[in-house]
Amino acid sequence: MSSKNYIKIKNLSKSFEDVEVLKNINLEIEKGEFFSLLGPSGCGKTTLLRILAGFEYPSNGQVYFDEADVTSLPPNMRPSNMVFQNYAIFPHINVQRNIEFGLRKEGLSNEEMKHRVQDALKMVQLEGYEDRYSNQLSGGQRQRIALARALVKQPKVLLLDEPLGALDKKLREEMQIELRNLQKSLGITFIFVTHDQEEAMTMSDRIAVMDEGNILQVSPPKEIYHSPKNKFVSEFIGNINIFKTNILKASPEELLIDIEGLGKEKVQNKFDISQSDMIYSAVRPEEITITKEKNSSEHNLYKCIIKNISFYGESTYFYVQPINSEKIIMISNYNDEYSLKENDTCFISFEKKNIKIIKD
Amino acid sequence: MYKKNNTLFIYCIFYFAFLYIPVLLLPIFSFNDSFHMVFPLKGFTFDWYVQMWNKSRLHQALFNSIKVGVIASVVSTFIAIFAAKAFTRYKVKFHSLSYGAILLPFIIPEIIIAVALIVIWTSLGLKLGLIPVTISHILFCTPFCMLILISRMEGFDKSLEEASMDLGENSFWTFWRVTFPLLLPGIIASLLLAFVISFDEFILAFFLSSSDQTLPIYMWSQLRFPKKFPHILALGAIIIIVTSLIVMTAYWLRNLGQGKKKDFTIGI
Repeated sequence: MSSKNYIKIKNLSKSFEDVEVLKNINLEIEKGEFFSLLGPSGCGKTTLLRILAGFEYPSNGQVYFDEADVTSLPPNMRPSNMVFQNYAIFPHINVQRNIEFGLRKEGLSNEEMKHRVQDALKMVQLEGYEDRYSNQLSGGQRQRIALARALVKQPKVLLLDEPLGALDKKLREEMQIELRNLQKSLGITFIFVTHDQEEAMTMSDRIAVMDEGNILQVSPPKEIYHSPKNKFVSEFIGNINIFKTNILKASPEELLIDIEGLGKEKVQNKFDISQSDMIYSAVRPEEITITKEKNSSEHNLYKCIIKNISFYGESTYFYVQPINSEKIIMISNYNDEYSLKENDTCFISFEKKNIKIIKD
Repeated sequence: MYKKNNTLFIYCIFYFAFLYIPVLLLPIFSFNDSFHMVFPLKGFTFDWYVQMWNKSRLHQALFNSIKVGVIASVVSTFIAIFAAKAFTRYKVKFHSLSYGAILLPFIIPEIIIAVALIVIWTSLGLKLGLIPVTISHILFCTPFCMLILISRMEGFDKSLEEASMDLGENSFWTFWRVTFPLLLPGIIASLLLAFVISFDEFILAFFLSSSDQTLPIYMWSQLRFPKKFPHILALGAIIIIVTSLIVMTAYWLRNLGQGKKKDFTIGI
């Protein structure tokens, strides 16, 4: 058994009527990984999860669990369990019976059954809630019961469909940490669907960024953040300044480019970019420093006018405009000693290695 | 808060008066000590109610009606459960066409269904009686049952059934462990309503029942004899009360847990 490609999705596509919602998806997920499917609504992430669960069947392609082809298996025959977006707690039975629901066929004695339910409730910190009904639980509690009900089956893969979407911010952040810890201690593969990029960043081992039925990039959070492969990924994850860029000269090692509003620059050619490609240059707001005076400078320095300053508590965002350009640049790396004000002139700089060359 | 609107209030009074005064005359005259249904009232009596105890043909008709009603309501509810499941959970080919086709008995005049059935039944060489009446009532009740069950089915979340599948149950067990208990108030409402519809039905029974009278046919047959008229009033009064109770129960059950989905806690 290989742990490298525990779940394998091969050339998978799915159409509803005439609309292709998943386009030739290829994906491998490791055993014990916390894997997130991230993308805006309508990108196909939930459909992909439902195909993994067995609620939808792909139009083309295969799904393998542990090297077994499960493409046409119904949900009840798969070693996966799901936590639904709306939790789907059965309203006609209490918490105890909800959690027992999936254990019917295991032929446990009453005693063992009780024990298993107790363990599951302990895991989600809801001991003593056995007799409650769904309508007597808060959103967060329902979410935990749904989790317990899925985990009591000891699945190999847990599928989570935006399980934190309905919770308020504070509870959501608590649950993020709790889920992550639970996943680590159980060692179960989690496949987590979300549209919240922060959520995906804080919890995942790897993230697949999806848009319009395509997987655009599969990488660990840091890599997604620091070397996004294309414009969509770079804009979807965090804030970023994107500059239109012309390629003046392209060689396999190096690119000579002309960045909108900033001028010529020589950068490494990391992604095999050729002269005919459409590219952008991008810099994260925190990678740009802003100063009042023209400091000693080994790297690029641009004179700008401050258009707007927004204070966010933990950070301050500057929106500046380079002289001779319409482009507004966002900056969050700021040292308070300069006491800059709107309409002041300032100098911005960033290191060459922080320039990300991305394809359209 | 709404302001009181007197015009609407008066309209309401007239509306209810128009609906119920004729019906309320029945119970009033059923206690009247006279063969004739005319004011002024003559005196108070229980005679007409007592008379019903020794009319064996009435008992037979009542028994027939119950028999037909129970079978018709059970069978049409049974059919409607599957139809409702199909229409709400699966992609049905020619969805609106087949939906319309099933609801058609609503619109077709009963007399046409009755004539059609009598032609088929007799051309098959079969004897008229309670069996064709029951069949026609199943046909007639099924659309009602379907409407009740479809609305109930739409009222609860599809992901509950998916969760059951996900937890290892196949479609049969998912139906028994999740769909059926959640559908149960609707099923009971459907049974009660279908029973009442069958119990009250006249035209189909009139054409198809031959000598096996159902209760409405019995009542109709008694109307010709003035002396037997008052005990029909008494019978009518009882039927009004019992059917209203059944319909109210059905309506209450149908809405139980709907709208406020979260408050659904019937334990099965």
